[in-house]
Amino acid sequence: MCALIHAYDVRRESAMLQPVDFNDRAGLKPVAKVFKAEITNVIRLTEMEKLFHVRILDDADRERFSFLPGQFVMVEVPGYGEVPISISSSTSNKGYLELCIRKTGTVTNALHRAQRGARVGLRGPFGTHFPLQRMKGQSILLIAGGLGLAPLRAPIYYVTENRAEFKDVHILYGTKSPDQLLFDYQYESWRRIDDVNIQIIVEKPNGSWDGPVGLITELLDDVEVDANATYAIVCGPPVMFKFVCGRLSQKGIPMDRMFVSLERRMHCGQGKCCRCNVGATYTCTDGPVFDYWSVINLKEAI
Amino acid sequence: MLFKILGKQNFRSLVEIILQSNEIIAPKKIATNASGEPIHQFLPIGSFEEMDLDYRTTEFSAKTYFLPYRETLCTFQFADADWEQEISYRIQPRAIIGLRAHDINALVKLDMVFTRSRFPSPYYISRRKNTFVVGLDHTPLPDEFSQSMGTDIVTHGFDLFLTDLGDRYFVAIASDRGFNLLNRVEVREVEDEDTNAYKEVRRRILEGFKTRIDVHNLPNLLDLEFTSQVWSKWGEKCLSCGSCAMVCPTCYCYGVSEEVSMDFRTSTKIKQLYSCNLLDFAAVAGGHNFRPDKETRLKYRYYHQHRGFVENYDEPKCVGCNRCGRVCLAGINPAAVIKDLYEEDL
Repeated sequence: MCALIHAYDVRRESAMLQPVDFNDRAGLKPVAKVFKAEITNVIRLTEMEKLFHVRILDDADRERFSFLPGQFVMVEVPGYGEVPISISSSTSNKGYLELCIRKTGTVTNALHRAQRGARVGLRGPFGTHFPLQRMKGQSILLIAGGLGLAPLRAPIYYVTENRAEFKDVHILYGTKSPDQLLFDYQYESWRRIDDVNIQIIVEKPNGSWDGPVGLITELLDDVEVDANATYAIVCGPPVMFKFVCGRLSQKGIPMDRMFVSLERRMHCGQGKCCRCNVGATYTCTDGPVFDYWSVINLKEAI
Repeated sequence: MLFKILGKQNFRSLVEIILQSNEIIAPKKIATNASGEPIHQFLPIGSFEEMDLDYRTTEFSAKTYFLPYRETLCTFQFADADWEQEISYRIQPRAIIGLRAHDINALVKLDMVFTRSRFPSPYYISRRKNTFVVGLDHTPLPDEFSQSMGTDIVTHGFDLFLTDLGDRYFVAIASDRGFNLLNRVEVREVEDEDTNAYKEVRRRILEGFKTRIDVHNLPNLLDLEFTSQVWSKWGEKCLSCGSCAMVCPTCYCYGVSEEVSMDFRTSTKIKQLYSCNLLDFAAVAGGHNFRPDKETRLKYRYYHQHRGFVENYDEPKCVGCNRCGRVCLAGINPAAVIKDLYEEDL
């Protein structure tokens, strides 16, 4: 006899829709499906961080994949697991993504052992982005501490590639010691762009360091800010937000013109696993980019 | 909503008709506790007799049939230096019989999270759409507070919902497939006498709620009492075991891990339900833990239930079944914690 309660094949529903496209959020998608991607280049940045160039193998998927500065991807290393990584490359680079990854856990250690040609999976892009469109015609402060330069690099590319859209541009970066400076081979190219002020500071200099010494907030003292026409993007460890955003508040920049990127544990990237949940807020879908007002309203955020 | 009257003998025939072609999950007596009371659990049944619809409660909710404690998200097959990902969903249909109103409302809340949010879950939707839900009214247990949470009445999220009128059931029909199934046996139209009997049962159920908790302005109160001593008082007792989340019909948070087969040919990506009370819930790479203290983790559990979920979905996540209160080894129960929050002097 025929079954009274009929089988409902959920796959039929997804087959009617477009192939995987995380940019299109409507409809039922195979949420666990990854884009297969190849590591095409590995660049050593410091002892702890490497920059990976990854290229989505399927031509149509690669063509369709797009992201905004500040968004992240879930990087799958089959057999090891999946980690959220912010995208460090330019949004105009269609060929491959750049992912700056610190060696810190099971998955990232496996990635650091991976050779050129290894195949990983990507899901995403996920999360909110830095609203650079809104910042057009204004001055912009790009401030990073430590590994915070990784998520800041996408907006830096955007601003330097579209220099004419902004008034004053300041890039301020600080780390503990000179050997922790990321992307040090790029500072000169940013500095040479007409009218980009880039300042690097370290807390504990070594013998060869001849730049400024101290905390990142000290760089802010020398920056002239037109508080009514300036936006700030701040990336770094949570403790830095308080000091940097506090200093910027003193200079008169409204809290909703300062943007930060938060870090949380994430297992899905889609607002389901709750690991990044703080009350009503999911760092993966409502963030990782928040304005400072939202952050101070978010209990336990920093 | 359509209503019909179903004789108890015909209900039995109905269950037997379903059993001929589908699996049925129902409350089943599995043991007796120290005080001689039966312990029930939602399990597959082989015959009508195995089902015990007079059950008081189940220690575990039925959520495992929608959100399994362990579920395979995908597998990776390794070959040479490459891999292929394979994804499958559970599509075998089955029926669940005997869910209480608050347990069905728990499914309705899970529906909001997994079917009506930004990234609908095909894993959940497949299980949900393939499950035929038959609900059943009950006299509340003394510690249940579903009436305070507004989950004692159910209007959707099921196929059939039964109210026991002694020798017959008053049946609410909420789906086309429920209507069709009911027509396989003899049913009759509702008469005034039935409606009156139904109203009488509903009145008795309402009177049965002995625990009522004040939830007026609770979301704002939680913000105000963020640093309250109430959290250290209850947090001190908490064993961070996560039992509350395991038995909760709406707790859905999870962790994902991968298991490689012994021959290194496949890796399975497994989603396992988690608990926000477990120590490493919010620990991130590099060793920082956003919630190192058990009282903070306990607080965030209440925060999500009664504050965050309300902001996202306009209603609390808690359905008031008090399974968490009963299972807690440290004697923490939501009615007492929330009462303390109201009594805390500002």
